[in-house]
Amino acid sequence: MARFSLRPIVAHAVLLSGAFLMIYPFFWMWRASTQAPGEIFGTLQDAPPMLASIADNYARALFDSPLPNFMLNGVIMTGGILLSQILTTVTCAYALAKFDFRGRRLIFAIVLVSLSVPAQATALPIFIVLAKFGMLDTYTGVMVPYLTSGFAIFLFHQFIRSFPDEILLAARLDGMSEVEIVIRIILPAMMPAIAAFSIFSITFHWNDLYWPMIVIRSIDLAPPTLGLLFFRGQEGGDSFGPLMACATLVTAPLILLFLAAQRRFVQGVTMTGVK
Amino acid sequence: MAAGVGHGVAPLAAARRTFVGADRTGRQRRSAVLANKAEADMADHSIDIIDLEKRFDRTQVLKRINLHIRDGEFLTLLGPSGCGKSTLLRLLAGFEPCTSGCILIGDRDVSPLPPKARNIAMVFQSYALYPHMSVRANMTVPLEMSRLSFRQRLPGAALLSAKVRAIRKEITAEVESVAKPLGLEALLDRKPAQLSGGQRQRVAVGRAMVRHPAVFLMDEPLSNLDAKLRQQLREEIVDLHRRTGITFIYVTHDQTEAMAMSDRIAVMEGGEIRQCAAPQEIYDRPDYLSVARFVGATAINEMPALVRRGSVSLNRQVLEMTLPGLADGEYQLAVRPERLHPAEGGNADFSLPVEQVEFTGNEVGIRCNGAEIGSGAIRVQLRPESFRQLRQGRHAGERIALRIAEDAALIFDASGRRVSVLPTQPAQLQEDRLELAV
Repeated sequence: MARFSLRPIVAHAVLLSGAFLMIYPFFWMWRASTQAPGEIFGTLQDAPPMLASIADNYARALFDSPLPNFMLNGVIMTGGILLSQILTTVTCAYALAKFDFRGRRLIFAIVLVSLSVPAQATALPIFIVLAKFGMLDTYTGVMVPYLTSGFAIFLFHQFIRSFPDEILLAARLDGMSEVEIVIRIILPAMMPAIAAFSIFSITFHWNDLYWPMIVIRSIDLAPPTLGLLFFRGQEGGDSFGPLMACATLVTAPLILLFLAAQRRFVQGVTMTGVK
Repeated sequence: MAAGVGHGVAPLAAARRTFVGADRTGRQRRSAVLANKAEADMADHSIDIIDLEKRFDRTQVLKRINLHIRDGEFLTLLGPSGCGKSTLLRLLAGFEPCTSGCILIGDRDVSPLPPKARNIAMVFQSYALYPHMSVRANMTVPLEMSRLSFRQRLPGAALLSAKVRAIRKEITAEVESVAKPLGLEALLDRKPAQLSGGQRQRVAVGRAMVRHPAVFLMDEPLSNLDAKLRQQLREEIVDLHRRTGITFIYVTHDQTEAMAMSDRIAVMEGGEIRQCAAPQEIYDRPDYLSVARFVGATAINEMPALVRRGSVSLNRQVLEMTLPGLADGEYQLAVRPERLHPAEGGNADFSLPVEQVEFTGNEVGIRCNGAEIGSGAIRVQLRPESFRQLRQGRHAGERIALRIAEDAALIFDASGRRVSVLPTQPAQLQEDRLELAV
């Protein structure tokens, strides 16, 4: 018979209350998306069945609002940012980790310092530059400040530094150019690290409201977060059901992505430094 | 021994002759060697290292290395860690630029060339297999790189071009033909992580072999394996060398490996080649005391010796042998443990108290206290038969009378360099010795 012990019970109680705090808003969002308009703020006498409300809310979210368009914008921006981030940071991290050149330490120090500069500090100068080049209210305008990432360079640098030098020498002896070494040897070996970083990057840029709000003005180019804001402004206060259905649809891809990549993600975060 | 060694000898002699010409510059020497090579076989893959130096910032890692390696030779670079042997190998492979000097392979100066253009293959200490590729892919890469252009290597190229398909088919067949004698056929679809140490080593050898390189470099390829496997793979590597006839350059710090495998050993110390000769020669006639110390499974016996008028004495005990040509002074006398024999009758050089007796099956090791002749422990190795004879009527803990075998004494001067005198034992110098003994 298992011995009765208080510690696990207390620990679980604390963890459960923490989890509740995190999950409740999502739960509320989902529940609201399954209810008829009046039902959210009080019990209706003749509430329509739940399935009918779901059908109604989600149909309105998908077909009456530009939500699919928002999602597409989000995919283009997030995907473009991620792709260019991986391209720029893997090569940069490889050079910083495996080559010895003049100024290497200085450049790496600048990369580290850039981690501590908040995005808000650089927003105004970047905005002015974008305005001068006429890139406001474009996809490029949203993506430009994030084409590379100090965090990714740092993460990948740590990973590549622990990659055995002899394998690189063997590859050079076999006749691979440095670009091929990165593509054929380094990239496949660092998939876990890239997966981990992708989740960080996708989450951040999919959920980012601040920068799109500054750059984007036309509703056609809005990513989901900004789109929701427009949507709420247009619809007024009474259509919470469809709004919450939109919010659920916007959040769902991230949650699914995390569930799918969870193992790799944890691997990637814990792996740096081990070997 | 590969057939190729035969025609490597002539250029060696020629190169020696030009080197003997003393104070020439590296450039002149290089052209002299090139001229000699032009006369030699066209498919010659001998290597000439001329005045090679390597400096990292202020520390000089290699000092004026000159070395000729014959076509098809198995040459071992032997030395303690930090002696520059791996650096020399890296310079040969082209991973690092040399500070000065040049490297010729055949009649081609390869020092400005990148690694891939040198027609060299290498087996690394950690094997350096591509971790995410199967054994087959690992062995295919070098051939892909040399036979397919960048565009032909792109994924999907095989679908579009029949030529690429033909080349790929050829490569696959070749990989399999190399894998077969190495016993890798069954492992071709595994990843390196699924292989044992010995199997990984074989894959590394296979990957290096597929390209049929002119020179095969090995950087301590057996040091990560256990003793039994090491022995087995040692034999396999020697077989491989004999079968292929390729020039092998093998780096190790294990003198047993070097002695067992090589045609010649270059012993390195402090960034210089101390001696380069056949294993037997290195063992029996080391040029430096440091070489004598480094080579040999059991440490060589060193005794401080005093030479006066050709007669040798160890801490006032006069030896049988005499060294007539030698200037008076203090020397180090070194003798291999198996060249010290128990003496019968009165012809002993000295007798020492026995400290320990070790029986290892095929031989008996005796450790004596050498304080009486002014040295540390003196080790003697005997065949068990002669030890049994010795023991009749005697026990360990008693004294043993020892005689230095003829021609076995190596004399080194104060700087550690061997003094080349042939020790003789002429009877007419008996009087001298008697005089000294008084």
